[in-house]
Amino acid sequence: MHRIAAIEAGQRREDIPEFGPGDTIKVHYRVVEGSRERIQLFQGVVIGRQNGGSRETFTVRKISFGVGVERIFPVHSPKISQIEVVSRGKVRRAKLYYLREKVGRHARIKEKREKR
Amino acid sequence: MQGLLGKKIGMTQVFGDGDQLIPVTVIEAGPCVVTQIKTTDTDGYGAIQIGFGVAKEKHVNRPSKGHFDKAKVEPKRHLAEFMVDDPASFKLGQELTVETFVEGERANVVGWSKGKGFTGVMKRWNFKGGPGGHGAHFHRAPGSIGMAATPSRVIKGTKLPGQHGNARNTISNLKIIKVDAEQNILLIKGAVPGPNGALVLIKKTQRAART
Repeated sequence: MHRIAAIEAGQRREDIPEFGPGDTIKVHYRVVEGSRERIQLFQGVVIGRQNGGSRETFTVRKISFGVGVERIFPVHSPKISQIEVVSRGKVRRAKLYYLREKVGRHARIKEKREKR
Repeated sequence: MQGLLGKKIGMTQVFGDGDQLIPVTVIEAGPCVVTQIKTTDTDGYGAIQIGFGVAKEKHVNRPSKGHFDKAKVEPKRHLAEFMVDDPASFKLGQELTVETFVEGERANVVGWSKGKGFTGVMKRWNFKGGPGGHGAHFHRAPGSIGMAATPSRVIKGTKLPGQHGNARNTISNLKIIKVDAEQNILLIKGAVPGPNGALVLIKKTQRAART
């Protein structure tokens, strides 16, 4: 098993900031349109991380024109140019799937205050 | 060089060009040693026999010990034979490594699938089975297996229960994603028959690569 772990270790990116469920993040994602490459922003709430070494993914949810949109990104994808943490959220579970049933004010997440 | 023997280590994913995640099987292939060279003069056809893995001395019987001694190689656990056009280009005891293969090349992989034992038709042939509930007595049985008085026999090849798995399978035209000569590791796109740790045979393919 450790030989597979060694292969996966080579795939990992160390420049990804720490973030978790409840955090609002901006994902800068490289998109290729024809021959041109540009950066697409996707801002939303992280509703969960699916762990698994270099195969780890995270789900970001946002409301776009009144419609909920969720995107799953591989954490170590070379297509992610940057991840910005906008705010930290205070949540009590690892997967925030309950947000899917909440709309508007009910879908808020308390902000986490850093202890000094 | 026609192929190598290897050990299936397991599966994972790697990033390809762009953000594609490619499912790969990790195979520890070689180093294999040429244990016998067959030529048209001596055997009627041209081939090389290669050995892989270490065999403990107590597990090697005298006839095979003699066979390995003839080639002046350490006893090997597994042997395989590949037809080659010019066996003269190989030497006894020559080492074949993963560098036989090039990244991006296609290969055929032979493995022995996981044994499932004697199984019914639902597992073995993906029959649908019966409705199960609502008073039905038809659950996992195969149903009708043929006609009546004509032909009054079961047609050959009819799908019936029996041994499933533990068979030699070849998966053709798998792309080689990565060759790691240092660790003797091949990353091959897609799945390969058999459990982790099983012996697999990786062969060069004669087929042209599909683009």
